Amino acid sequence: MTGFSLADFLAFFTPGNLVVLITLTAIYALFSLGLNLQWGFTGLINFGHVAFLTLGAYTTILLSLKGLPLILAVVVGALLAAGLGLGIGISTLRLREDYLAIVTIGVSEVIRLVALNEEWLTRGALGIPIPNDLLPLGELTAPNFASRLFMVAIWTAIFAVGSWQLWQWMRRPPDDRGKPIETTSPPAIPPAKWLWGIGVGLTGVLLYQAGASSLLFNYSYKSGLMLLVVLVVALVYWRLEVLVKSPWGRVLKAIREDEEVAKALGKNVFWYKIQSLMIGGAIAGVAGAFYAWNLTFINPDGFIPLITFYAWVMVVLGGSGNNAGTLLGAAIFQIYFTVTRFALPALVPLDDARLGALRLMVIGLLLIVLMMARPQGILGKKEELTLGR
Amino acid sequence: MVDKPSNTPEFPHPEQTSARLNPLPPLDPAGQKEQTPTTRPELPILVANGLVKNFGGIRAVDDATIEVAKGSITGLIGPNGAGKTTLFNLLSSFIRPDQGRVLFDGEQIQQLQSHQIAQMGMVRTFQVARVLSRLSVLENMLLATQHQTGEKFWNTWFKQKQIAQEERQQRERAMTILESIGLLHMAHEYAGALSGGQRKLLEMGRALMSNPKLILLDEPAAGVNPTLINQICDRILTWNREGMSFLVIEHNMDVVMSLCDRVWVLAEGRNLAAGTPAEIQANPQVLEAYLGQ
Repeated sequence: MTGFSLADFLAFFTPGNLVVLITLTAIYALFSLGLNLQWGFTGLINFGHVAFLTLGAYTTILLSLKGLPLILAVVVGALLAAGLGLGIGISTLRLREDYLAIVTIGVSEVIRLVALNEEWLTRGALGIPIPNDLLPLGELTAPNFASRLFMVAIWTAIFAVGSWQLWQWMRRPPDDRGKPIETTSPPAIPPAKWLWGIGVGLTGVLLYQAGASSLLFNYSYKSGLMLLVVLVVALVYWRLEVLVKSPWGRVLKAIREDEEVAKALGKNVFWYKIQSLMIGGAIAGVAGAFYAWNLTFINPDGFIPLITFYAWVMVVLGGSGNNAGTLLGAAIFQIYFTVTRFALPALVPLDDARLGALRLMVIGLLLIVLMMARPQGILGKKEELTLGR
Repeated sequence: MVDKPSNTPEFPHPEQTSARLNPLPPLDPAGQKEQTPTTRPELPILVANGLVKNFGGIRAVDDATIEVAKGSITGLIGPNGAGKTTLFNLLSSFIRPDQGRVLFDGEQIQQLQSHQIAQMGMVRTFQVARVLSRLSVLENMLLATQHQTGEKFWNTWFKQKQIAQEERQQRERAMTILESIGLLHMAHEYAGALSGGQRKLLEMGRALMSNPKLILLDEPAAGVNPTLINQICDRILTWNREGMSFLVIEHNMDVVMSLCDRVWVLAEGRNLAAGTPAEIQANPQVLEAYLGQ
């Protein structure tokens, strides 16, 4: 066993590694945001979320190989994923909710097995390598200074908006339920919030500078992909926030709380559930395209049911029904995974396969501890747990 | 369930009560016409004929008939297990009848979905009050408004201004109704934090918020302390004077007698009697059904 050295550990935080970390986090965040709409806001138990990811990934890649422009291929992938949501919804939503859970997990396996066995289409277990010129911004091998500057400007804008959101969150009173603030001076920020704010803020600065330097000085298609996926996450997050705060989102939340009440008040519960499944599915479909581009290779092994439960962990970790919580959950999950991949071998004398299992065990344990100490998730509201039905 | 006396909001001082129970604002102009009380004979707002519902071998509702006159408070009573709540579920399409038809405002509705019936203006409450716990009291109210622009997905992209304006109007209306049921101070609390009696009030307020033509109340006074019962009855009478029709299931005879214009009695799924409260009270068959031989 080699001794664990801090230098080894710090050596991990190169801009290159951080770019990979950011990209992975953003892809999973996108994927989980779709699940959060379905589960966190509508209360639909979707245990087959990876089906949407698979459909989005394969559709995008296969269509782009046939010569369709990338953006169109992604749109078709998202539409097909939404269509899958429609199909699942029509066939199961009139049943009780536990049936939805069973059917979704079945559908996700069916889709993966189709991808495995229809070799004429998907090359089965061999998988499909993605040529460089079919990656987004892939042909942009050496962008000139002006276009790199432009990309850094977008990167900076996203960072600035994110920081502003963080500051707004810190200033918001803890019992905020849309009540207008009565006092003229905002309440003092509690220490726990300072801690979180500074922690997230510092991590953000670190990631921002890593991204910016890789965009500016060390450009590769990975940097471009990182910028694109983070941009997409930001846009989807913004739209979702508008949606869930609109009367449309209120109906979804009402269905989550008690669908009989929503029916009695004239809401077409069935149709809203379908919309939720379709939109959540389309978002996961887009995530699938980025998932494939990030791997530059797809085969059915990348779409096992475990991926669905990664998304569940992220949603529950951050607090169901909270989009910012989902982003935070995705970040914590990915940071944990990436850091342990690097740090654990230095700490524990085990071979790779056992280490992989150990990492999963530890995250399971962490989740159990979190659920005992803070069942509502990191950003969830505690008082919601004490409410009677 | 009895509310603790510490729940001061439910025990308003008599003088405060009259101030709090100020008249409602006029309902939406569109719905105004039907809602003005009228004395001349009219088609009933709700007619159900020959309703039958079997659950396996049990015939819960057997050829039941009921009528609610426009602008009336109609009572529906009967011993436990008489099929009153099942009848409610049939009327509001929460359960499909095996036979029979339901006419609401002159249109057949027994084939419609429950949400379509609510959109037409018939809103129900539940025997055990159901609130949306993790939404605020105000959000519970806002949900009830029918045909909101912002409830359509694409409108949240392209009609934000109109949505914001509607929300402002509906907020004001919701606040006025909340004030009239004495829940204004709870507007921004979670609905799950309300007491049993307050939930009953919120359900009624929510039903009114949807601007209906007829409200079906399932045991509005069950499990509620006497003071709050008075407040609930007071609300029902006030809204009725403003033109709202009610169909009320209730076991509390005092409430039935003081509220209802006409009472229908159900026993073992069948109609037993119908008439004014006084007639029903004097009807030997009804007494027998309630008290046994």
